[in-house]
Amino acid sequence: MIELKNITFERDGKKILDDVSLKIDEDKFIVITGPNGSGKSTLTKIIMGIEKQDSGEIYFNGKEITNLPIDERAKLGIAYAFQQPVKFKGLTVYELIKLSAGKEIKKAEACNILSKVGLCAKEYVDREINASLSGGELKRIEIAMVAARKAALTIFDEPEAGIDLWSFNHLINVFEDMIKETKGITMIISHQERILDIADKIVLVDSGKIKKVGTKEEVMPLVLGNKICCKLGGSIDG
Amino acid sequence: MDSLDTNLLKEIADMNLAEIEGAYNIRKNGKGIERKITENINIVNKEDKDGIDIFVKENTKFDVVHIPVIITESGLSDVVYNDFYIGKNAEVVIIAGCGIHNDHHEDSQHNGIHRFFLEEGAKVKYIEKHYGEGDGNGKRILNPVTEVYLKDGSTLEMESIQIKGVDSTDRLTKGTLEANTNFVVSEKIMTHGSQYAKTSFEVELNGENASTHVTSRSVATENSIQEFISKVSGNNKCFGHVECDAIVKDNAKVIAIPEIIANHVEANLIHEAAIGKIAGEQLIKLMTLGLSAKEAEDEIINGFLK
Repeated sequence: MIELKNITFERDGKKILDDVSLKIDEDKFIVITGPNGSGKSTLTKIIMGIEKQDSGEIYFNGKEITNLPIDERAKLGIAYAFQQPVKFKGLTVYELIKLSAGKEIKKAEACNILSKVGLCAKEYVDREINASLSGGELKRIEIAMVAARKAALTIFDEPEAGIDLWSFNHLINVFEDMIKETKGITMIISHQERILDIADKIVLVDSGKIKKVGTKEEVMPLVLGNKICCKLGGSIDG
Repeated sequence: MDSLDTNLLKEIADMNLAEIEGAYNIRKNGKGIERKITENINIVNKEDKDGIDIFVKENTKFDVVHIPVIITESGLSDVVYNDFYIGKNAEVVIIAGCGIHNDHHEDSQHNGIHRFFLEEGAKVKYIEKHYGEGDGNGKRILNPVTEVYLKDGSTLEMESIQIKGVDSTDRLTKGTLEANTNFVVSEKIMTHGSQYAKTSFEVELNGENASTHVTSRSVATENSIQEFISKVSGNNKCFGHVECDAIVKDNAKVIAIPEIIANHVEANLIHEAAIGKIAGEQLIKLMTLGLSAKEAEDEIINGFLK
């Protein structure tokens, strides 16, 4: 269970999040959507502790985590996949998957995780996570790392950003498998209709506020029927 | 040899005499103390100055030579000249290194001047590790010089590591390359306290299709200073790539001075240098995996210097 109470976040005189409250209390596949600049990424970064809210409280599985640092939230079971995966000179895919898993795991196990995100494991497991990998490859490795954590709350910030259509189709399968296999809450920031299609619940964010939380049938008319549609532009029909 | 010597040998050469295969020569406090030669590798003392000549027979395959130096006497200044003559098509691994243990207030210094003469088609992997320890305020100083002469079709791959305890180092590595040769250098340095490390590379690409790759990865912490100087001259159709990557922390300072000189229209030379602190996003990423800020930093540095 994750609960945000009255979260406010303001920078340069602009309210990025304006008194946001949200409670997700079931193991569900949640998609957060809304126009660019609406506050979606900030919202998830505040849950992970990467950004610090100006006011408000956060509870995770009954425990207040409002002032906990990133690593302590991670240890409680929150995982985060970045929109722009971070590169590391010298650290290999295997080493990072081991760090993600938080324990010694065999190479074969790491290879299984990589295969699930569509990477030929043998080719990648010993590679450094550096600029020699393409955007799509880095993205899949990022997803593999998060999958290795088996966290109670897993957040993905726009997993589809920067990858080609072929990779995207595969990504949908990865998420579908993840929903089947993992217990806990999966929270994805996305504009993609095919990801919205598989959501249990959609959270619609606009101008720093949560406009609606509901099923696709409940939320989509709002997206398509008013000015939010114009702001989303072509990105929703992906 | 006592346990101090054994520890130093373990640090610099991962060397356990009982298990060692191949030839070796161990030098302690300015004198050779143990030596073993093999059918293919001969080691003899120099007659005109302090040092040894190492001869590897042509067509030798998969042999190993260890030539570690240990210094446990405070105030000793040791200079040694070692020359390696590698026969045609021989393939050999050479493991050198210097460990200084200084518990006293006088400076201890070792300058190893190593020259490598590779005949046609020879292949050498040369590993050199520098290490200092001890509680005294006497400095531990290492100033190695490495000169490499490569004949047609030969290659030398050099790994140089200085991670701990050396107060001052001024290293010079020179390469003179004939046709179809390859000289690869990988250097890793970490400095702390008020240590100083300077490394200079001078490579002359004289023959057609000669190539060199120099990679330096370093971490400078606290008040330490590092200088990286490289000069690659392309005098024929050749390829040269120099890459210097440094992480700087605290009040440390890193200076990188590249010089690439094309004296031939088909010389292809590249120099890349990047110096900066650990990226904040790297720390955040590892913290999202449950590592503390300190653990994340250690992980990043260890990976970088691996």
